Amino acid sequence: MKNQKRWGLFFFLSPVLLWLVLLIVLPQIDLLVMSFRLENDEGRMVWSLSNYLNFFEEPIYWLTFVRTAIYSILVTFLTFVIALPVAFYITKVVAPKFQGFLLVLLLLPFWVSELVRVYGWMILLRESGVINHFLTRAGILGQPVEMLYKDSTMILGLVYTSMLFMVVPMVSVLESLDNSLVEAAYDLGANMWTILFKIIIPHATPGIVSGSIVVFMLTLGNYLTPNLMGGKNSLWFTEQIYNQFIASFNWNQGSAFGFLLLILSSIIVWLGLKLTRQNLKKVVQ
Amino acid sequence: MQIDLSVQNVTKKFKDFMAVGNVSFEVPDGQFFSILGPSGCGKTTLLRMIAGLAEPTEGSIEIRGQSMLGIPPNKRPVNLIFQHLALFPMMNVRENISFGLKRRGDSKAVISEKVATILERVDLIGFGDKKVDQLSGGQKQRVAIARCLVLEPAVLLLDEPLGALDLKLREQMKVELKKLQAKVGTTFVYITHDQSEALVMSDHVAVMNRGVFEQIDTPQNLYNRPETPFVAQFVGDNNAWSGRIRQCKDTRAEVETTEGPVFRTKVQKNLQPGAEVDLFLRPEAMLIQPDPSLSDLNRFEVIVKDILFDGANSRLLAHPLDADTELLVALPQTHQYDYIQKDDKIEIGWDEQSGICFPRKENQD
Repeated sequence: MKNQKRWGLFFFLSPVLLWLVLLIVLPQIDLLVMSFRLENDEGRMVWSLSNYLNFFEEPIYWLTFVRTAIYSILVTFLTFVIALPVAFYITKVVAPKFQGFLLVLLLLPFWVSELVRVYGWMILLRESGVINHFLTRAGILGQPVEMLYKDSTMILGLVYTSMLFMVVPMVSVLESLDNSLVEAAYDLGANMWTILFKIIIPHATPGIVSGSIVVFMLTLGNYLTPNLMGGKNSLWFTEQIYNQFIASFNWNQGSAFGFLLLILSSIIVWLGLKLTRQNLKKVVQ
Repeated sequence: MQIDLSVQNVTKKFKDFMAVGNVSFEVPDGQFFSILGPSGCGKTTLLRMIAGLAEPTEGSIEIRGQSMLGIPPNKRPVNLIFQHLALFPMMNVRENISFGLKRRGDSKAVISEKVATILERVDLIGFGDKKVDQLSGGQKQRVAIARCLVLEPAVLLLDEPLGALDLKLREQMKVELKKLQAKVGTTFVYITHDQSEALVMSDHVAVMNRGVFEQIDTPQNLYNRPETPFVAQFVGDNNAWSGRIRQCKDTRAEVETTEGPVFRTKVQKNLQPGAEVDLFLRPEAMLIQPDPSLSDLNRFEVIVKDILFDGANSRLLAHPLDADTELLVALPQTHQYDYIQKDDKIEIGWDEQSGICFPRKENQD
């Protein structure tokens, strides 16, 4: 009986396990090994740390790395600031019958691929784009301005892409917020800001943290949006990795970069959890 | 006597629905005032308007002589204890209680002193660092009260705070709350659908039905001299007959009930013969097998359907000989009536002074 149960467990787990081992664990191990290999002058592969050393010796690499990290944190924060009122509006302000409708509206952009959405933004923002057209027509601008290929546009695109992943966990956590807590705080003399910082945000912390983790990871690992909207001046670390793999065909260097990015995101997520005194188990729930 | 809370002609409409209709009352300083009504009668809406969480459509609300119209809840000298208490789960007991003091900008020393005093007053010394979810129901109750009382409000509003407690604790808290109110002397406005809570604790009770006040009176008067049929039926148990006036002189009338028996009863005002009336009688007003020497009683015979034993509150469920209507008759537990069995035929008598008679209004429930 007990044996049977165990076999059942393995039977149903096997697709997941196969998936994990074949598609994630094995390639990662291969990449890890590769990141420590180097072709020496005689054309033979040897063990070496120089792929990692390269990263620290070339300022362009670690500067991009730091830039990517800081911008990802900024994007996460901006997404949070925009998502909080949106989630609050959906859960507490609007009539319940419109809640589903609003969530679907939020979901709607995700029915088209990220590529299409980014091109949409490009059509809006580029020099000969829709916004410039209207602004010049209205006489606000003398001549069209290039709005694309700036850090700010890139951040705009990243925040836009991430919104849903922040709003959804926050909606679910705000739904569990008892309205009378807000009213009680109001009754006891609190103003809007105290209610926000003492009641709503502390209550929503698990949702905020889980949303932030998802947004941060997605942003850090995003390639398309920074590449298309940020242009040549807004380097993202994923582009460095791409360059190593595809342009330089230096897989060893590329895998080293990949692992550095993995370590970076793990450290920042861990720090974030420590700072907000949450643990992963609670947040994942 | 200073009037702490004065509500004048307050009306609240939600679109076409009239939640509160033209309600007026005054609560003097230090009184325990209850609003009693069935759920959905508008009592919570009324309370929320006093607290400032809702604005009246019409009418005025004054607290200690100051108009409260347009003043947000965080600026009003009233505090509300919510039905489910609404303690802040992200804070411990001390933080919960000091929340309002901090908003007010009191100094740290003052806050810690006040918190210590109020914790002592509600018997929660040493509970300051406990989490809210570590407390029992009764303790949570007291934290909620302390959290409001520490702000020394002019009026403390309570929205059925005992509703979530189990029976035993509720009985205990009733007495405790009454004692606490007497000790601190704050004006309490308490709303409940539980008549026993209202009767036990209050100095004055307003009975509310469908958005209007039916009667404002002391608990004794509500019970003994209800002014409307609704109050008669809602406060305490009552047996009801409908009937027709046979003859009426001053405050005494003879009523012929639809089931047959004719009763003599007192009436509040002179009624025309033939007028339709509702007659109410408390279960304890009915005497079982009254002494034949008592000549002044209305007497009729009933058949015992069941004996509803409930300790001191035991009743007989009976019906008259030739009718199906059910009557509740108080059964004193003095062993005097232990012989009564199911299906026995017994005589019931009642004094005409205990009858409560109202002219029947149209479109009544």
